[in-house]
Amino acid sequence: MAGWSEQRGKAILLPMANIDTDQLIPARFMSTPRAEGYGRFLLHDVRRTSEGEMDPEFPLNAHPDACILVTGRNFGSGSSREAAVYALVDAGIRVVVAPSFGDIFAGNAVNNGLLPARVSEADAKLLTKTLSSGVGTGVADLASRLLLIRGVSVPFQLDDVWRTKLLNGWDDIDLTRHHSAEIAAYRGRILSEPGRFPAGDAP
Amino acid sequence: MSAPLTLLDRLWSMHEVLCREDGSALLWVDRHLVHEGSHHAFARLAERGLPVAEPGLTFAVVDHYAPTRRAGPIADPAIARMIETLRGNAARHGLRLFDLDDPDQGIVHVVGPEQGLTLPGLLITCGDSHTSTHGAFGALAFGIGATEVAHVLATQTIWQRKPQAMRITVDGALPAGVSAKDIALNWIARLGADGAQGHAVEYAGSAIRSLSMEGRMTLCNLTIEGGGRMGMVAPDEVSFAYLRNRSQAPRGGDWHKALDNWQALASDADAMFDRDVALLAEEIAPIVTWGTSPEQALPIDASVPIPDTLPPAKVQAARAALDYMGLVPGRSLAGTPVDQVFIGSCTNGRIEDLRAAAAVLAGRRARVPGLVSPGSARVKAQAEEEGLDRVFTEAGLDWVASGCSMCVGMNGDLVAAGKRCASSTNRNFRGRQGKGARTHLMSPAMVAAAAVTGTLCDVRPMLRGRPV
Repeated sequence: MAGWSEQRGKAILLPMANIDTDQLIPARFMSTPRAEGYGRFLLHDVRRTSEGEMDPEFPLNAHPDACILVTGRNFGSGSSREAAVYALVDAGIRVVVAPSFGDIFAGNAVNNGLLPARVSEADAKLLTKTLSSGVGTGVADLASRLLLIRGVSVPFQLDDVWRTKLLNGWDDIDLTRHHSAEIAAYRGRILSEPGRFPAGDAP
Repeated sequence: MSAPLTLLDRLWSMHEVLCREDGSALLWVDRHLVHEGSHHAFARLAERGLPVAEPGLTFAVVDHYAPTRRAGPIADPAIARMIETLRGNAARHGLRLFDLDDPDQGIVHVVGPEQGLTLPGLLITCGDSHTSTHGAFGALAFGIGATEVAHVLATQTIWQRKPQAMRITVDGALPAGVSAKDIALNWIARLGADGAQGHAVEYAGSAIRSLSMEGRMTLCNLTIEGGGRMGMVAPDEVSFAYLRNRSQAPRGGDWHKALDNWQALASDADAMFDRDVALLAEEIAPIVTWGTSPEQALPIDASVPIPDTLPPAKVQAARAALDYMGLVPGRSLAGTPVDQVFIGSCTNGRIEDLRAAAAVLAGRRARVPGLVSPGSARVKAQAEEEGLDRVFTEAGLDWVASGCSMCVGMNGDLVAAGKRCASSTNRNFRGRQGKGARTHLMSPAMVAAAAVTGTLCDVRPMLRGRPV
């Protein structure tokens, strides 16, 4: 995965709270191999009318080339399905801006190069107002932890560790394998602790 | 003297392989549970040509796509392929697999404790958000994403930043007809679906001590619906009695040594929590959800909210939810007709849950159809031994095999669009039980009551004169 330091592109508004990962990708699509692409599943049922047609007024339908999504609190709550992040990333989204994120979702996002940019409730309101027409140009900068949307600049919060991962596009498995000696030593220490390894099926 | 510690502090430091200066800790994983949905992670491992680091600590369970009607081959090729893929990965890496025909098969969060794989003091991960369930035994247990699953498979460790500590204390005695499900929905309604975000929640107080392991598991399971990735209860005699003689639990001298260690797993009396919340058990009533987030929940004797009277930040979401749910603001929740019921899931599919539902249904007929799916094959066998299956079938409900079933609908057990389901599950999200499905979450006893009357209703009067 490639790292990045700045994203620049179309920002759109999805002014809803509690968008859970079941809405981001309904369960029925999750048996699809990743290589087939998940972008077409993003918000599959939310972006369609009750008749199953694409709703032309839905922001993502009107602006399929958007890369910054500004939305409500508790985005990505619920199921741990990383497929929700695959759907966003495969649809071209690189930055989600919200007052809060589901803990598991936020971790999954960073592991796939997607920035969960946390802003204050007041700044979320400001951005919602700024984007009331539905769309605008936006920039997200990791170094300064600043968003600039239609000329309005607001700071976002991001854990240092996560920022480093996004900047470098690091893969944790490579990182961890450098610590194999420490892991082996830990394993040796706990080997005799009762319960740390399963007893095995009863004799 | 050293600073007082929380249970979280103790569990965390026990598992730290190392801690970086930036605060990120590499933690050892004692048990890693995988299921059909873990296919992305196994694919990543294959791409890199890596083996599973600790096959003896990795357990595979068929649950998310498990058909609940087991006769004959699986009709849907996509579902059959998901199960086949897990079988292939388990065989390739030498993992113990709880397959469809295994007498110990079930939902991963029911099987772990049942097998004694879940123990106090362990760190348990699984690519499923309801992994918080296992914290009921005083374990550090949390759901992870596919990239993290691949990492645990490859290294048996996981990078995490320590969450903040939150305590929810529930004192007093729960009234009859009120259960752990109601405690959970009560605090989530109060604090919000993100109320515990960034926190590990420890449950304490006399009402928690009085809960069975099943009740504690329900409570820890639902912690994620309030935003907390981990829930936990300090282990005690109730936990030890549950675990003794479980097939994978320590035996003989090891059992006694383990008990000594486990008894120290508690928060110090003067430990400081980043957040403290207190509830009174006597004030908790049976709760149902009315909306499309678990925070949209009210006692059964309340009325459907009038959006304009809610705090401004909640108005729009309430309007959208009521529109989706087809409910009329101001009308009483009780009396709302339901089309079907579901009893099961990792939240409320254990033996005690089935007993609670059967206590309401005994000698009564359901007015609507419904599915009862035990949380595991063992729970199913136990229920059949107790005659609970006959209570359900004589009431007119379908008694089927175990799996995640209608909680997530991946196996084809779905609620049709526009239909209303009283459900003992964990998520009332839009489309969770099927596209356009309307889900009301409640306890198994409340689901049983809804089955009998064909409407949302208060279970308490229906329990009078009955053994509960």
